[in-house]
Amino acid sequence: MGLPLFDATDDPGPSFLSLIEREGAPTGNGLAAAEVTQAHATTVLALRFADGVLMAGDRRATSGVSIAHRSMEKVFPADRHSAVAIAGSAGMAVEMVRLFQVQLEHYEKVEGAALSLEGKANQLAQMVRAHLPMAMQGFTVVPLFCGFDQTRQTGRIFDYDAAGGHYEEFDFQTTGSGGRDARQTIKLGYRDDLTRQEALELAALALYEAAEADAATGGPDLVRGIYPIIATVTADGYERVDDQEVAALYETVIERRRERRGDAGGTLR
Amino acid sequence: MSMPYYVAPEQVMKDRAEYAQKGIARGRSLVASLYAEGVVLVAENPSRTLHKISEIYDRIAFAGVGKYNEYDQLRVAGIRHADSKGFAYSREDVDARSLANLYAQHLGNVFTHEMKPLEVEILVAELGTTVRPTQLFHIAYEGTITDEDRFAVLGGDAEPIREQLAEAYVDGWDLVAATRAIVASLAGPERTLGPDELEAAVLADGNGRRTFRRIEPDELAALLAD
Repeated sequence: MGLPLFDATDDPGPSFLSLIEREGAPTGNGLAAAEVTQAHATTVLALRFADGVLMAGDRRATSGVSIAHRSMEKVFPADRHSAVAIAGSAGMAVEMVRLFQVQLEHYEKVEGAALSLEGKANQLAQMVRAHLPMAMQGFTVVPLFCGFDQTRQTGRIFDYDAAGGHYEEFDFQTTGSGGRDARQTIKLGYRDDLTRQEALELAALALYEAAEADAATGGPDLVRGIYPIIATVTADGYERVDDQEVAALYETVIERRRERRGDAGGTLR
Repeated sequence: MSMPYYVAPEQVMKDRAEYAQKGIARGRSLVASLYAEGVVLVAENPSRTLHKISEIYDRIAFAGVGKYNEYDQLRVAGIRHADSKGFAYSREDVDARSLANLYAQHLGNVFTHEMKPLEVEILVAELGTTVRPTQLFHIAYEGTITDEDRFAVLGGDAEPIREQLAEAYVDGWDLVAATRAIVASLAGPERTLGPDELEAAVLADGNGRRTFRRIEPDELAALLAD
């Protein structure tokens, strides 16, 4: 690995992607999907609240009808002020996140200033689009991106499709096979001025509902102490909610459900 | 037919070295020193945006003096090298020593083979871990590399600064003491330097994975105030 120096006319600029393209990064093109059983990651969500935006995801990865991992992480910090969550083909998705994280940090270091939130969302869209040939073979990756926009002083959410189209969502969005159930729950409980605690409760409940209805979404695993990952992004940056705090959220939900033998008993939390 | 003049290799090297030294001496100096929590870097730099000190990787900082466009190109190459290496292997495999060697080779090659040597002096600083010590690699315009275990002074007028700092240096001093001593040595006996004429940064643990942090003018003013 030599010192990567370029002529001014031939410089890749602050883009890590064009840099590794020049260095001949390996790609996985040419694999037939049918030959590989892949782990599929499942319910992730993002919702805005008073101080910023919250992102959450379950921990289960499946391979066909069996559980591949019980403690997979699907919510990641993209940089200090944004988060990315993934649904789809696990290996590809995790690799895409890793590349995205390096890309944002690389830009920030070379340029001396971070990309705007919209710039980051656009970068991710380009990566999803570049992945389209693999998606056609069955290795779909659909991320969800959110962050705190420091120029507008508000949380923002961006939703993607497999072709790299990205759409800004105003209040909340979910993706993955349990996304529909999670979205219905959030829709019923959502308000513009949710506090952090209310947003956490709503997110925990949405994932609980998704796990109830979707076989590929994991609920809280009380035996092993594995709980969904919840993170917030506010003006102070990305912060993962402590496992004990998440466990406490689920204790309340489970206690109420036990009393009512499964239903929510007229409450949305 | 014209005959090329014969110039002795000694003379060529001497001329080039003089040329590079002159270029470097036109700029202001820079000091990096170990302190209790890591490494502090301070440069005399009136510009807020054209930095002499910057982040390369999680635990590695870069500093350069001399011609801005030349050391900035080296800085960007360093970031590219570190990010590619960290992406291909793992973040902990990125170390300052191999980067410093690459810089030294590049500077050495340019010095011997190109028309004009690079008019820069650079420093690669690494905050230590349990397996690697904190290190300062000082690389001169002709590719000479030295590793300093206490402090490093870069720039044309380095000798008096080095002497003054060697007297003041105390093992394990805190950020306030280190910064004040460095600023005093950069200023010399006849001048005083205010926070607006300085650029400072540290490599220190306590703020997550990325250990590089700029000391903004307000914080620097507070550090220097009695």
